[in-house]
Amino acid sequence: MATSIATGALGPRTAVAISGLLNFVGAFLSLAVAATIANGLVNTADVTLTVVAAGLAGGIIWNLLTWLLGIPSSSSHALIGGVIGSTIAAAGGSAVLWHGLVSKVVIPAVLSPVIAALVAAVGTWSLYRITRSLTEAARGHGFRIGQVGSACLVSLAHGTNDAQKTMGVITLALIANGTLAKGSNAPVWVIVSCALAISLGTYIGGWRVIRTLGKGLVEIASPQGMAAESASAAVILLSSSFGYSLSTTHVATGSIIGTGLGKKGAEVRWNVAGRMATAWVFTLPCSGLVGAGAYALADGVHGTFGVFVILIILAALSGLIFWRSRQSKVDHNNVNAEWTGGVAPEPEPASTAAAS
Amino acid sequence: MSWINLSALWKILVFGLVAGAGLPALFAGGLYAMSLGPHRARAATAGGEGGDSDVLIGGSVVGLVLAILAFLIVLAAVGWSIYEIYQIGHPAKK
Repeated sequence: MATSIATGALGPRTAVAISGLLNFVGAFLSLAVAATIANGLVNTADVTLTVVAAGLAGGIIWNLLTWLLGIPSSSSHALIGGVIGSTIAAAGGSAVLWHGLVSKVVIPAVLSPVIAALVAAVGTWSLYRITRSLTEAARGHGFRIGQVGSACLVSLAHGTNDAQKTMGVITLALIANGTLAKGSNAPVWVIVSCALAISLGTYIGGWRVIRTLGKGLVEIASPQGMAAESASAAVILLSSSFGYSLSTTHVATGSIIGTGLGKKGAEVRWNVAGRMATAWVFTLPCSGLVGAGAYALADGVHGTFGVFVILIILAALSGLIFWRSRQSKVDHNNVNAEWTGGVAPEPEPASTAAAS
Repeated sequence: MSWINLSALWKILVFGLVAGAGLPALFAGGLYAMSLGPHRARAATAGGEGGDSDVLIGGSVVGLVLAILAFLIVLAAVGWSIYEIYQIGHPAKK
């Protein structure tokens, strides 16, 4: 939703509300990605509930840390990294279905932002070319309307990929526990609860990342916004239909950079892009390490009690990170403020506020 | 076993371009067609009186009709794609 908010096509709270709703709908649209996560990455016979819990803990911690820093990291990769890490800690490298991992996760992860950037660049170039005789104001007006549509599609697309992953993990846990047969699809209650969780999470905490993507990376005008969103939506929907679990974060960022490249004179803040790329490269291994560590801890403490220990540590760390984030708050009021080099905008000087 | 499913990747690139760049371009074409006509927006003159006009509908009837056609095609294409995705994502039980 970042581009729609940055260009003013949608008010921040409206955008987030629509996003929540459409994520929910998208979650029901395609079950292919959940299948990949549940059955295609690790050997379900080697997965225990402790492994899943530890994997989730690893993914969540890494995800929250990058959230605090406003870096749009891939929660998908954090999740997958965590689960892979804990699986390896539990059962060794042979439990991982490397072929599935590489062909359905790693390769799409690397290629999808490139494809998205290409599509967005071509889109941006043609949009500006076709409307070159319109005034800038008319163009902005028209594309802001178009952005409402493309923003809805991106949210829908996001639901088909990201909500699916969480469902996939829960399904994996159910299979590991024996509640479901190997190779099953996600049950309806899993689909509903995951869809709800994603909607809620978007509404509560998306602001920091929205700010980085909408203002920090490229200063976006609405034709670019629409081109970026359409490119993202198309690439994500197509990949989801193949069961490719890609990082919607990577795709969205690729699209945004593509629009910067497709418009003459647009500036891409490569240092911000660089920070993101670094975070991404580290995501899979880091969350894997945390996942493995969490497993070691849980296993050391024995069985169910061990899982509770990780959960308590997870809740404490999450609380700490959230509390820390309040000290440099980004919310719907300042999400569009001028970019001053860091994710939280500098507060207005007291004298200006007093004078006005 | 191949590690890269080239045919899938190819499809994503081509359909991605068609839908992700082509549909917005069609939308843009609609905006352009709609803006034609006697009332089309004039950019601010060097003298600076009157800001950029953001009027979209230029008044040409042919332009408007073409624009609506373009927008309808875009909507239909989007609807069809979503339907297709749903079909692929929910394979019929054996």
